[in-house]
Amino acid sequence: MLSLLSYTFFQNAVLAGILASIACGIIGTFVVIRRMVAVSGGISHAAFGGIGLGYFLGIEPLLGALGFTVGAALTMGELEHRAEQHMDTLIGAIWATGMAIGILFIYITPGFAPDLFGYLFGNILLVPQSDLLLMLVLVAIIVLTVGVLFNDLVAVTFDEEYATVINLPVERLLLILLVLIALTVVMLIQVVGIILVIALLTLPAAISRECTGRVRTMMLYAVLLGIAFTTTGIFLSAFLNIPSGATIILVSAAAYAGVLVRKHGACR
Amino acid sequence: MAEVPVIEVADLWLKRNGEEILEAVNLRVFAGDVFAIIGPNGGGKTTLIKVILGLIPPDRGTVRILGGLPQEKRHLLGYVPQLRTFDFHYPISVRQMILSGLLGRKTGIIKKFTAADTVLADKALATMGIAHLADRPIRDLSGGEQQRAVIARALVGDPQVLLLDEPTVFVDAPTETQFYDILKNLARSMTIVMVTHDIGVIVSHVTKVACLNRRLFTHDSRELTEDMIQGAYQCPVDIIAHGHPHRVLREHAKEE
Repeated sequence: MLSLLSYTFFQNAVLAGILASIACGIIGTFVVIRRMVAVSGGISHAAFGGIGLGYFLGIEPLLGALGFTVGAALTMGELEHRAEQHMDTLIGAIWATGMAIGILFIYITPGFAPDLFGYLFGNILLVPQSDLLLMLVLVAIIVLTVGVLFNDLVAVTFDEEYATVINLPVERLLLILLVLIALTVVMLIQVVGIILVIALLTLPAAISRECTGRVRTMMLYAVLLGIAFTTTGIFLSAFLNIPSGATIILVSAAAYAGVLVRKHGACR
Repeated sequence: MAEVPVIEVADLWLKRNGEEILEAVNLRVFAGDVFAIIGPNGGGKTTLIKVILGLIPPDRGTVRILGGLPQEKRHLLGYVPQLRTFDFHYPISVRQMILSGLLGRKTGIIKKFTAADTVLADKALATMGIAHLADRPIRDLSGGEQQRAVIARALVGDPQVLLLDEPTVFVDAPTETQFYDILKNLARSMTIVMVTHDIGVIVSHVTKVACLNRRLFTHDSRELTEDMIQGAYQCPVDIIAHGHPHRVLREHAKEE
């Protein structure tokens, strides 16, 4: 089984899993403690519009996805304040609109969209070198931004009203957080696909939350759990010849269920 | 020269969904006051606090904090929000939560907490009598301890004014007594404004009382008169249920 590691495609897959886990451990922690799971779902499905646009224009679909996720994040963040809409409503609108745009673009693009299925459900075993580079850049941006703004982001996600009273730039910080979610989603598309993104974003952080009362520790555990889940999933899928994205999610879900069944007993 | 109020609300009107929430509210709090605003639930107390803090814009009227606009000066107040709005499951230690109260004073892009900040946080925790809980996650605290932690966060920046919204809602009776002892000590060094629906809080060290039920009834003194209560509550049952406030106050006055 370990002989798999001598293949470049397999090394790339493990590396992509590690990079994605770093991003989703850090950002997933905020998603879980600030209850932004549905927003993340909206952003990730909006990415499909960008994938479609990428096919249509003949550019890298992931770059299209990057544009759409960031655009969706900014649109939802702005509209929530400017148009006084419920986030819930905006999520529904953005979620479906993104998917619809993607479907239309793919329909009007001549020819066949070969790895469409990969974008929807992930195919980490086929991550090209160029995508690894994109992921590396995104991880660097995420780690750096959270490192610099850590105390502000904690204050805003902990108590938004109080953060406003002490005159922190609350709206801007929440927009930044949404954009960071958008970047993370793009990384995870490669690993588990648009449809399964929210599970990998939330499950490691949700398990980690059961084990610690500190944001920093929660991030660290979530990263480590993410690496464990993706690596296990990659090995299992290669070994059993089953879809990698689904395997990673099921490994994560099984671990989450295990922690819930043991009811906090495992950690304390 | 006339003294400038630390909080001044002039002719404030606010309507929400076609209903008047605040009507012609005038309020002047001066340095050294311990000002209690009482009134029934739904009487507009929390809304008034939020307007004072610039979180809700009024339809009409002005608010001044320390002589300036709320948005300019609010970070200088120590704000203690209602406990029930809090997410106590957030993974944060008590000390980290207190430290967040200092963020508003930091400039620059990276806002790191220094050793001096930690000293300030631990001092605020000691003032509230929960120094021993500094490293605990807030979710492990009891209701009374959580309330103290929220006040400690407001105290950490040494504010001139402490603004408390329903500070005793989730606090049991013995804790409440301790709580008012702490407040009494704080009143020596800062102005205190609190809103509550509980007439029982009007204890000896409050210097001014007002009643709020859409309109604010005030006499600029600690006397809580029957017409103020009736004006605000419009129902004598509350007075009977809480004892006779007028007499309670007079008795406290004699003790001093």
